[in-house]
Amino acid sequence: MRAFGYDIGELVVAHVLLALVPVLVGLVIALPLGWWAHRSPGARRVLVPLSGALYTIPSLALIVFIPILVGTPILSPLNVGLTLVIYTVALLVRSVAEALDAVPVTVTTAAVAVGYQPSGLFFGVQLPLAVPVLTAGIRVASVSAFSLVTVGALVGVQSLGTLMTDGFQQAYPAMVAAGIIGSIVLAFVFDALWLALGRALTPWVRARTGV
Amino acid sequence: MLGRLVDWFSAPAQWSGPQAIPARVLEHLGYTLLAVVIAAVIALPLGALIGHTRRGELAVVGVANGLRALPELGVLVLFVLLLGLGLLPPTLALVLLAIPPMLAGAYSGVAGADPGAVDAARGMGMRESQILLQVEVPSAVPLVLGGVRFATLQVIATATIAAYVGLGGLGRYILDGFSVRDYPQVLGGALVVAVLSIVVELVLQGLGRLVTPGPDRARLRRAPHPVTTREVSP
Repeated sequence: MRAFGYDIGELVVAHVLLALVPVLVGLVIALPLGWWAHRSPGARRVLVPLSGALYTIPSLALIVFIPILVGTPILSPLNVGLTLVIYTVALLVRSVAEALDAVPVTVTTAAVAVGYQPSGLFFGVQLPLAVPVLTAGIRVASVSAFSLVTVGALVGVQSLGTLMTDGFQQAYPAMVAAGIIGSIVLAFVFDALWLALGRALTPWVRARTGV
Repeated sequence: MLGRLVDWFSAPAQWSGPQAIPARVLEHLGYTLLAVVIAAVIALPLGALIGHTRRGELAVVGVANGLRALPELGVLVLFVLLLGLGLLPPTLALVLLAIPPMLAGAYSGVAGADPGAVDAARGMGMRESQILLQVEVPSAVPLVLGGVRFATLQVIATATIAAYVGLGGLGRYILDGFSVRDYPQVLGGALVVAVLSIVVELVLQGLGRLVTPGPDRARLRRAPHPVTTREVSP
């Protein structure tokens, strides 16, 4: 599909990949870190304020820091991807720790008593019970990622944000509006997917509330 | 690169004149303060009212969540294309982005006031306005401040992007440096705005602790981060 002189399909695919992959990578990194913060008060005292500080750094600043920190080319889409990984980890470390905190001690001690090993306890008991809180965190990270990807257009990284910068250069509001609407629709579609996934993974929540 | 970054910071041009770091920092803080104050005047009373009357709860949750998906860059560009250059259009865009977290903070703070205390106040014959101002609002302070803090940081970040649509502030260094491949300038600007954000965050956190009554302090510490409380539970 072409519009405004762009292959919109290509921009949508770039937008989705650049927002979705960092959220998944960030989740994989945040799980062990969050578990660590849940287990050790010392780790929590370092990890939680550190994530807070990282989350505070403006996106444009973080995007231009990445090439210096990891040596990527200055125009690489990786700079935007890694920025979003950092935000996702920063947001989810606290989510994971709080989600694990919320698992009742009676449940984990019962699991240990019936013979769960530490890894089985985490993947079989704690993680499934943490899914509702975790899903809420992932949804925030995902929605922000879909909106922040557009900032990459300022440093030449293609996404629906390209319609915003080029629409500005050409003084063409409809093109900018198309970029905004597309970006919001994608954010909502993936938000709904995360919500559905969270519900599918926790059938007992619906059974209990009778909804 | 580090040496060139130090050179950039130590150049006299960075320390006096209208494009020097102190001037840019003040500009950036000025835009931020203006947008946050306007947004607070709109969002805090509205959020408190909705939290008190419980009317329009669904709307507040929907608006707060929906606006979060708005791409900041697009909103800035669209406002400038439709309303013209100058201070007003980007400021309006910043205000729009600062409203949702403050609205959600004021709403959930007031709605979350201890129902026992509210009933007791009503039983003592307090008027609704007295209940709101003397019981619910004081107990909402921690969440309101959380919302203000998050909104402020979001505005600082977005004001950086606003350099693209002609605003001054620290984003100028990043974008101007980028367009002429002056990377020490890009990094210098990024460093200053990152430090500014963290300092503002720490100051607002400290302020929050200062104005929160003793027993509430533990609650403030345990209060969920406004970012992660996506769904404001009714």
